[in-house]
Amino acid sequence: MSRLQVVSGKGGTGKTTVAAALALALATEGKRALLVEVEGRQGIAQLFETEALPYEERKIAVAPGGGEVFALAIDPELALLDYLQMFYKLGSAGRALKKLGAIDFATTIAPGLRDVLLTGKACEAVRRKDRSGRFAYDYVVMDAPPTGRITRFLNVNDEVAGLAKIGPIHNQAQAVMRVLKSAETAVHLVTLLEEMPVQETADGIAELRSARLPVGRVIVNMVRPELLDAGDLDLVRNVPRTAVARSLSAAGLGGARRGGHAERLVDPLLGQAEEYAERYALEQEQRAVLGELDLPLHELPLLAEGMDLAGLYELATELREQGMS
Amino acid sequence: MSPDPAQGHAYHRLSPARVLDLDPLIDDPKTRIVVCCGSGGVGKTTTAAALGLRAAERGRKVVVLTIDPARRLAQSMGIDSLDNTPRRVKGVEGDGELHAMMLDMKRTFDEIVEAHADAERATTILNNPFYQSLSAGFAGTQEYMAMEKLGQLRARDEWDLIVVDTPPSRSALDFLDAPKRLGSFLDGRLIRLLTAPAKLGGRAGMKFLNVGMSMMTGTLGKLLGGQLLKDVQTFVAAMDTTFGGFRTRADATYKLLQAPGTAFLVVAAPERDALREAAYFVERLAAEDMPLAGLVLNRVHGSGADRLSAEQALAAAENLEDSRIVDQDGGKAGLRNSPDTYGSSEPPASGSSEPPASGTCSSGADQAVLGVDGLTVGLLRLHAERMRLLSREQRTRDRFTALHPEVAVAEVAALPGDVHDLAGLRDIGDRLAANRPELPETADD
Repeated sequence: MSRLQVVSGKGGTGKTTVAAALALALATEGKRALLVEVEGRQGIAQLFETEALPYEERKIAVAPGGGEVFALAIDPELALLDYLQMFYKLGSAGRALKKLGAIDFATTIAPGLRDVLLTGKACEAVRRKDRSGRFAYDYVVMDAPPTGRITRFLNVNDEVAGLAKIGPIHNQAQAVMRVLKSAETAVHLVTLLEEMPVQETADGIAELRSARLPVGRVIVNMVRPELLDAGDLDLVRNVPRTAVARSLSAAGLGGARRGGHAERLVDPLLGQAEEYAERYALEQEQRAVLGELDLPLHELPLLAEGMDLAGLYELATELREQGMS
Repeated sequence: MSPDPAQGHAYHRLSPARVLDLDPLIDDPKTRIVVCCGSGGVGKTTTAAALGLRAAERGRKVVVLTIDPARRLAQSMGIDSLDNTPRRVKGVEGDGELHAMMLDMKRTFDEIVEAHADAERATTILNNPFYQSLSAGFAGTQEYMAMEKLGQLRARDEWDLIVVDTPPSRSALDFLDAPKRLGSFLDGRLIRLLTAPAKLGGRAGMKFLNVGMSMMTGTLGKLLGGQLLKDVQTFVAAMDTTFGGFRTRADATYKLLQAPGTAFLVVAAPERDALREAAYFVERLAAEDMPLAGLVLNRVHGSGADRLSAEQALAAAENLEDSRIVDQDGGKAGLRNSPDTYGSSEPPASGSSEPPASGTCSSGADQAVLGVDGLTVGLLRLHAERMRLLSREQRTRDRFTALHPEVAVAEVAALPGDVHDLAGLRDIGDRLAANRPELPETADD
């Protein structure tokens, strides 16, 4: 099991949720997992229903069996000052740089420096050991940038190592790349059973592979329950409306006569079934496309009541049962 | 379509919200720019394309600028490659024209350089490694170039209306901030610092300052590596003399966004995160004096039978399942006449005046009837799921309108599939303008 688990996915597919559930699943039974946020959205805090996370590692949840989940929202500015401190002991010079806008520059637009800092911090957490020589965290789970940017994000250190050909940044960048391109890392992609996210997932995997970054698993999120099977859907097209009306009436929903309560439900309900049929067919197609990717595939259910803390634990259990942790 | 009157108010609309009427907005000759913004995965690109098509088919000459590097817009508009130049879209009905383009960041940046520098200097810049990284799409460049391209398109004055899809920013802030940040950096103190030692060299009075600066560049050099610093300095020096200030350009674009004739549309889906981000956009746009036209709420669900609640549907499904078990055991107890759980307004007469559905069938037809009952159970469960979804969407929308009652809202009904062609975009456009999610088709309409 890779110790750095990177979770990416198209916007709107729920990658933060999946990353959080994965951290919980990995922490189960006495393990320690660190959940890292790199995009400054405070999505983790919202998910765990806590106040905004500061730039420090803080325990946010307890996993079944005594495990612990810590969270860290990386602030690129503070990470840079950290980094300067680490390498140069730049107390006042760091502040001066800040005044001049250099920090702003570095974390906003300098060639990838921001991404270097973010990946660097995550890799540092992966490698960190406590006094007894044990790893500080058994797992680090990163809620990473979306699929469209993930390869560039993870590969930034390669680019930086090329730009800054010598010096500490160069060395740091290379050290990070060694972790990211090893079996220590697995990059998972979250998708929905819809055409665009699936297409982006396929493209993203191709990109990751060509950059020789380790692709992990594909997680299909928000899978709707199968309420009508193929047989039902055949029936939807051919069933006499009167038969459905009688059946609804038998279920206690009023009269089956024309104009009766049950009768008036037939059309809207069959209409909904036709929509379902259309979506069902699309979903089957997308499943087939995902199947061709030749990667382990996991499915997480759509939670009827929306996403909350209880739901998160439910998804974590699901991931564990599916052998993802 | 007209809703089945028997279903009463078939769809609960956002009662307190103002309704956003999009046709007057896109028809108004004074509207020259429409900016679609919102978080990722809410259908921004599709909304931009659909609005563009609609405006074109209503007679305007429109260009749609998309930033998202996915192929989706190209596909839906039947264009194979969108290549940083507006291409005319075929198959548009009416007198208007629709053009579409996809932003190529690097090429846009290169074009600026080529347009403003002499050939030799342009080559120096284009070959600079720092420039190559910067232009190829690090954070901020995409946002900056999108705004730059918008400025260019507007300056050409070739189109009646420009519809812009914004970059999938990591946060809502980037889109508005990046141009300014990039501008102020490239034009700012740090740049002067990096290039200063050479300029200030001779002046005695500046000597102290100069020492401080050398120290600073020394630090930067140590940090970045000497070569990179040199690359940055060369880049900046080359840019500095050719551009006449990035900040000026950024400021101009920023003003363009505030100008009358620009309208922002915040796009969202009725989901917690998307609407939270939308609320944030609304607040931010207000703070920046950017003109917000309203909120486009995509993927809203409706139901033609929304007076049958999730609980009622599930209870009915259970009734039916229970009675099937009883049937199979040969019992025909009066379970069918279970209390009318549907609505108190409905006279219960129907239940008794009609024979129970499956009970009267001969045994030969039992299988088929069980099949229909099985289907009915599925239909009811499906409906219960739909109703839960509806109430969840309702809650999230209500929260948004409570926070921002001043924002006009246009709702777009969810489609079961993706949009692939102009017909699909046209359909979305109709839904956008119709201002209400359509109900599932019913046979007796």
